[in-house]
Amino acid sequence: MYQTNMYEGMLAETVAIPSTDGDVINAYFARPLGTGPFPGMVLIHHLPGWDEWYREATRKFAHHGYATLSPNLYHREGHGTPEDVAAKVRAAGGVADDQVVGDVAGAMRYLRSLPYVNGKVGLFGTCSGGRHTVLVASRITGFDAAIDCWGGRVVMSKEDLTAKQPVSPIEYTKDLSCPLLGLFGEEDQSPTPAQVAQHEQALKAHGKTYEFHMYAKAGHGFFYYDRPAYRQEQAVDGWKKILAFLEKYLGTST
Amino acid sequence: MCTMLVHQAKISGSGKGTKGWFALREANVSYDHPFDLPLEHALNIDFVNEAEGPGARVAVELTPESARKLAHTILEMLDRAEGGGYLSPREPA
Repeated sequence: MYQTNMYEGMLAETVAIPSTDGDVINAYFARPLGTGPFPGMVLIHHLPGWDEWYREATRKFAHHGYATLSPNLYHREGHGTPEDVAAKVRAAGGVADDQVVGDVAGAMRYLRSLPYVNGKVGLFGTCSGGRHTVLVASRITGFDAAIDCWGGRVVMSKEDLTAKQPVSPIEYTKDLSCPLLGLFGEEDQSPTPAQVAQHEQALKAHGKTYEFHMYAKAGHGFFYYDRPAYRQEQAVDGWKKILAFLEKYLGTST
Repeated sequence: MCTMLVHQAKISGSGKGTKGWFALREANVSYDHPFDLPLEHALNIDFVNEAEGPGARVAVELTPESARKLAHTILEMLDRAEGGGYLSPREPA
């Protein structure tokens, strides 16, 4: 834990990383200064885009001792303001699950290649990024902990499936390769508490290590301080649970 | 966004964006998280020209009630224009 007489420094910048498909995509990277070794974190942004909140979150994880990488999952859609690019992706029905898995796998390999990363890498995502977190942690190995914040559409009906999202992530539960932390609000419409309960049942049935928290008086996106959904008490507690979970499964540099 | 409810209409018109007027080619209508309106979901319309890149966009985010009112108002206005003989039979190129 940070003490007032400790040195703290951070490097935060845009970098380019190779994806699994050979494309090079940009990413925002923040890490503590020093030789570490630091655990790594990959942050999967939400469908509102690769935006300022995700830059702040990237630096927040770095402040807490994690070399943190947030890949731009919309890199191939062209460049503009995060909102304009995200609006384009929204109109296109999101990005393909396979592409996301490849991009996040590339980010994980990038972190593992760094001499100051301790060999542990975690995964975090909110909203569509929460769904992607569950999906990626189930489809590939290489992550040591995963955090799903209010990821909707982890449970999908047949009618919800598309060419880009052809499989409901819950179907991959047996392959979940690391411990999972889930934070949800009981007033959320996506995922609903019933869908969260269904996911939890699947995790139990397959003997997976998980920790779910359902917050009262909170809905979708209760961490977002710039939106009316923000819930101060629940958000503060949620961040504490995230850091404790990462300390347990990834360790920290201090 | 989490509903993924979106539909694209091919349109013709002009929109004024951050760099001035440009030709509109598509209207993307979604019911999903807005960027600015303080609601969890809204009726969003992005008037765009995909060929000109993500920045060629005029965005509106409406409450459901406002969106219905707007849709009715547009149709009523077109009916009045048609009744008055003002409606051009041809779409601009």
